[in-house]
Amino acid sequence: MSSPQYIEERPFKVIVAKIGLDGHDRGAKVIARALKDAGFEVVYTGIRQTPEQVARAAVEEDADVIGISILSGAHIHHIQRLMEKLKEMGADDIPVVVGGTIPVIDVDKLKELGVKDVFLPGESLRRITDVIRTLAEERRRKVRLL
Amino acid sequence: MGELYNKDEVEKIRKHIDKWESDVVPQWLKRVPERSNNFTTLSGIPIKRVYTPADLNNFDYEEKLGLPGEYPFTRGIHATMYRARLWTMRMFSGYGGPEETNRRLKFLIEHGETGLSLAFDYPTLVGVDPDDPMAEGEVGIVGVSVPTVVDMEVVFNGIDMGSVTTNMTINPPAPVLLSFYVAVAEKQGVPYNKIGGTTQNDPLKEFIAQKSYVFPPEPAVKVAMDLIEWSVKNLPLWNPISISGYHIREAGATAVQELAFTLADGIEYVRQLKARGLDVDEFAPRLSFFFDAHINFFEETAKFRAARRMWAKIMRDWFGAKKPRSWWLRFHTQTAGVSLTAQQPWNNIVRTAIEALAAVLGGTQSLHTNSFDEPFRVPSEFAAKIALRTQQIIAYETGVADTIDPLAGSYYVEWLTDQIEEEAWKYIDRIERMGGMLEAVKKGFPQREVADAAYRFQKDVEDGRRFIVGVNIFVENEVEDIRKVPLLEFDQKGIEERQRKRIAQVRSSRDQQRWSRALDELRKAAERGDNIMPYVLQAVKAYATLGEIMNTLKEVYGTYVEPPIY
Amino acid sequence: MSLNNSELAVLLDKARRGDLRATGKLLTIMEDPYRLPPEFFDMVASQAGRAHVIGVTGIPGAGKSTLISRLIPELRRRGARVAVIAIDPTSPISGGALLGDRLRMQDHAMDPGVFIRSVSTRGLKGGLSLAALSMIELFDALGYEKILVETVGVGQAEVDIMSAAHTILVVTMPGVGDDVQALKAGVMEIGDIYVLNKSDLPDAQKAYEYLSFALDKGELGSYDSGWTPKLFKVSAVMGQGMAELADAIDEHASYIRSIGLARLKVASRRLTLIRLMSERMLTVAVEEEFKRVKAELEAKALKAKGILAEASEVARRACKNLDNLPPT
Repeated sequence: MSSPQYIEERPFKVIVAKIGLDGHDRGAKVIARALKDAGFEVVYTGIRQTPEQVARAAVEEDADVIGISILSGAHIHHIQRLMEKLKEMGADDIPVVVGGTIPVIDVDKLKELGVKDVFLPGESLRRITDVIRTLAEERRRKVRLL
Repeated sequence: MGELYNKDEVEKIRKHIDKWESDVVPQWLKRVPERSNNFTTLSGIPIKRVYTPADLNNFDYEEKLGLPGEYPFTRGIHATMYRARLWTMRMFSGYGGPEETNRRLKFLIEHGETGLSLAFDYPTLVGVDPDDPMAEGEVGIVGVSVPTVVDMEVVFNGIDMGSVTTNMTINPPAPVLLSFYVAVAEKQGVPYNKIGGTTQNDPLKEFIAQKSYVFPPEPAVKVAMDLIEWSVKNLPLWNPISISGYHIREAGATAVQELAFTLADGIEYVRQLKARGLDVDEFAPRLSFFFDAHINFFEETAKFRAARRMWAKIMRDWFGAKKPRSWWLRFHTQTAGVSLTAQQPWNNIVRTAIEALAAVLGGTQSLHTNSFDEPFRVPSEFAAKIALRTQQIIAYETGVADTIDPLAGSYYVEWLTDQIEEEAWKYIDRIERMGGMLEAVKKGFPQREVADAAYRFQKDVEDGRRFIVGVNIFVENEVEDIRKVPLLEFDQKGIEERQRKRIAQVRSSRDQQRWSRALDELRKAAERGDNIMPYVLQAVKAYATLGEIMNTLKEVYGTYVEPPIY
Repeated sequence: MSLNNSELAVLLDKARRGDLRATGKLLTIMEDPYRLPPEFFDMVASQAGRAHVIGVTGIPGAGKSTLISRLIPELRRRGARVAVIAIDPTSPISGGALLGDRLRMQDHAMDPGVFIRSVSTRGLKGGLSLAALSMIELFDALGYEKILVETVGVGQAEVDIMSAAHTILVVTMPGVGDDVQALKAGVMEIGDIYVLNKSDLPDAQKAYEYLSFALDKGELGSYDSGWTPKLFKVSAVMGQGMAELADAIDEHASYIRSIGLARLKVASRRLTLIRLMSERMLTVAVEEEFKRVKAELEAKALKAKGILAEASEVARRACKNLDNLPPT
C-alpha cells in the first residue's frame, strides 16, 4: 500500500554525482545549481566516485532520482556496475539519468541497462530539470514502503 | 608620448559621431530595430555600434604595440612570425596501451613528425595503477596507459629519444612520468642535454578547473616546483611547465578570467621559483603557456594580444627579468572543446575553423584543432584528419599568415585588447591582495568565479540571450544523422587486461629490497622537504609503479578533497 | 491519512537487521514525525537510549566534515557502528538546497557499519531540530553506538540539537583572527572537547597556546558536569591526532555515564522532542483553522475590529480541533 505521508510535502531529493576518474565537473555543477533553483534538494557527491559510493549515497539519502555525469568514455562499465549495486541494495526503483560525452549507440545500451534518459552535450537545462521532475513525481506516486 | 591620432581630428570625429547617433541612426532604428539592445562579448564586455579613433584616446603606438619581436610583443614574439615558420600543428592524441601508441608514434615519425604529444588515460592522469579498483573501465580510453617504466620503454621502442621531442599532458604525477621518460632515454644512451619536450605540470589550474588534483594545494605546488628546478639544472632542453588557461576556460570561465587566472598562476610560480634562489632569467625562458580559442572571434584574438603585453610587463617590471627571451609569452592553443555540440555534429568543423583562425591571428606558437566527433568519443582518424586539414587550409590557402598581426590597428580590436587587459589587471590585483593565486585557490576564489560564469552562460543560452546553432536556434531532430558519425572503436577490455598483467609481472620480477628501499628513501626525502625528483627517478629505476610512488607521496602530503563550491 | 502501523513495524525490523534501504526510508519518515502512529514512535524510542550522541559544531570552514570523515574509521576500529547526521547550512529562502557535506564523507561505501544522512532546513516543514532529534532516536534504536551530528552556527535549532548531545566537539582552525572571539559566536561555553584543526598551518602553535590559556582561565568550555574540557591539535586532512581525539570522546562518554548524566541527556532529548512536536501540532492546527476563516476575517481586519479577539478565537478553535488528535 502506498503511503501518503511518506510521499507528501517534501521537495524532491536528487543525487548528482560523477563516477570515474575524469574531473570535468562543469556540467554536474551547473545542473546541480539549476536543480536547486528549480526547488530540488540536491546532494552533490563530487568527483571520482565509485558506483558503490553513489548507490550507497542514494540509499542513505532516500533519493528520488540519481543523476550521473561521465565524460571519460567509461560510461557503460560504470553504469552497469551502478545498476547492479542499486539492485543489490533493493534500490533499483530509484530512476537513473546520465549525461556526458556519449555516442548515440551507447545511449541505446545505457537505456537497455535501465537508464531512464541520457543527456548529450548541448542539452537544455530546462529539459533536464523537466525530465528529472517527471521521474521524481512518478517514483513518488509508485513508491512502496516495503 | 606619441599619440596615434591628432587631438583635433579626434574631436572632429567625436562630434561627427554625436551627430550621426542623433540624426542618422534613429531613422534606421525606426525602420528595423537592432537585434539586441545589449550586445556583449562572451566575457560580457559591452560592444558599441561602431568604433573609431575616438575610442583609442591617447593611444601610444610604441608603448602599446611596438613591432613584432620587440617589447611589449603585442604583435608577436618573433620578428618574422609565420612568414618564416608556420605555427606547429601539434595534434594531441593517443589511446590504448603502450603497443598501440608505439605504432602510432612510429607512423607519425615516418610522416615527418618530430614533435610528439602523449595523451594519457585517466588512471595515469590521477596517478592510479591499472589494477586499482578505481581504474576499472577507464584504462586506455582517453589516452595511453603508462604505469611503469616498462610501459614507457614499450612506447618508445625503436624510437630514438634523442631526435624527437615529446609533449606530455600530465600534472600531479608529472615527476613520475618525466622520470619514466628520462630513465628510458638514459637506457637508450641519450645524454640529458639531448632530452627535449614538455610536461604540463601546472598544479594550480587543477584546483581551479581540470580537477585531476591529488595532493592539497601547497604540496602540489611544491612538487611542481621541484620538477621545474630539477629540469632547469639537469635537462637544458626540457620545458618543465605549460601554464594553462585552457582548462579554466573549458570549465566555464570568461576570456578575461582565463587570461587573468592563467597569468596569476604564472606569477605565483615565478615567485615560488625565485624563493628557491633561482635567477629569474635562468628559468623564465622555460615557462610556456596554453590557451583556449573560443568562438567569440575578435575577443579571442584580442585576448592573445593582451596576454603577451601583460606577461612582458610582469616579467620585465615586476620580476626584473633582463633577457628579452624571459619576457616572451610563448603559447600553445587548442580550439574550444566546450563549443562543440552533439547536435548537428558536422557544424563543429566550422566552429573549429573559426576558432583556429582566431588563434592564428592572435599569434599562437602551436595549435591543436578539435575533431567534430569529440562530443561523443575520442576522435576517429577520419575526424582528426579533417581537424588537421583545417589548420593546413588556414596556413596554406587563406593568406592570413603572410603578414604579421593583421588585425592590429582595427579600432575595435585595439579597443577590445585594452579592455580585456584592463579587466584582467583588476582580477590580478584582487588575487594579489589575497596573497597570490595559491592563497586565492585555497580560499576557493577562482573556483567560485568560474562556477558562477559557467552557470551564467548556461542561463543565457537557456533564456535565448546567447545562440548556439542546432541547440537553441535552427534546431533539427536528427538522431539518425548522428548515428552515422563513424566513431573510433577499440578493444578497451583487452587493453585493460593486458595492462594489469604487465604490471603484475613488473611487481613480481623486480628486486624487492631495492624497490622498498627506494620508496622508503622517497618518503623520507618528501618528509624532509627535499626536492623529490632524484628520489622519484631512483624509485622508477627500481621499478616502483606510478601508483606506488603517488601513494607514498600521499602518505606524506595528504590527499585533496574539494570543498563544496558550485 | 497516515502510515500503516504494521508496515512500519516490518520496515523497522528490516532496518534493525541491517537493510540500509529500509533505514533510509525510515529516516525520511522520521524527518517529520508528528503524524506518525504514536505507538510506532514509542516502539522506536523503546529500543533507543544507549547510543552516544556527539555534536560537532564550529565555524564554517573549520573542516568539520573532513574531521568527521577521518574520525569515522577511528571509531569503527573501536568496534562502534557510526551514524552521521550532516545538517547543511546552505538553505536559501527560495528554491531548493545544495547539500555538499557528503562530498567529504564518501569513503565508507564498503562498510555497512556506517550511515550518513544529509538534512537541510529547506525540506523540513517541522523544523530542523525536530527532524534531527527524531532521527537520532531512530539511529539509536537501530543500534548505532556513535551518532555524530554536524551543525554550523548558533541558531535556536542548533541549541536544541546540541542540548541533546552527550558530548560536544567544537572545531576551530588557526588564522581566523582572534580565535576566542571567533569561538564566542555562541559556542564558547558549550564544548566538552575543543579541536584545533588544520594544525599544519603556520599560526597553529600560537592559536593552540591562546586556546589553552582561555581553557585554563575557564573562559572556554563547559564545566557544569564537573568535566574538565580538553583541547586537541589535529590535522584532519592528514589524519593526524584522530586516535587521541577518539580516546577523549570515549573518555567523556564513560565519564557522563559514571555520573548518570548520559541517561538524563536521553530524557532531556525526549522532552525537547515533546516540546517541538507539540509546537508543530499547534502550528499546523492554527494554519488550518486560519485558512478556514481567512476570508470572513478579511473585512473585520480592514475595519480594525476585534483583531486580538479573533486571534484568541482562532487559537482556541485550533486547540479544540487538536482534540481530534492523536493522528488517526
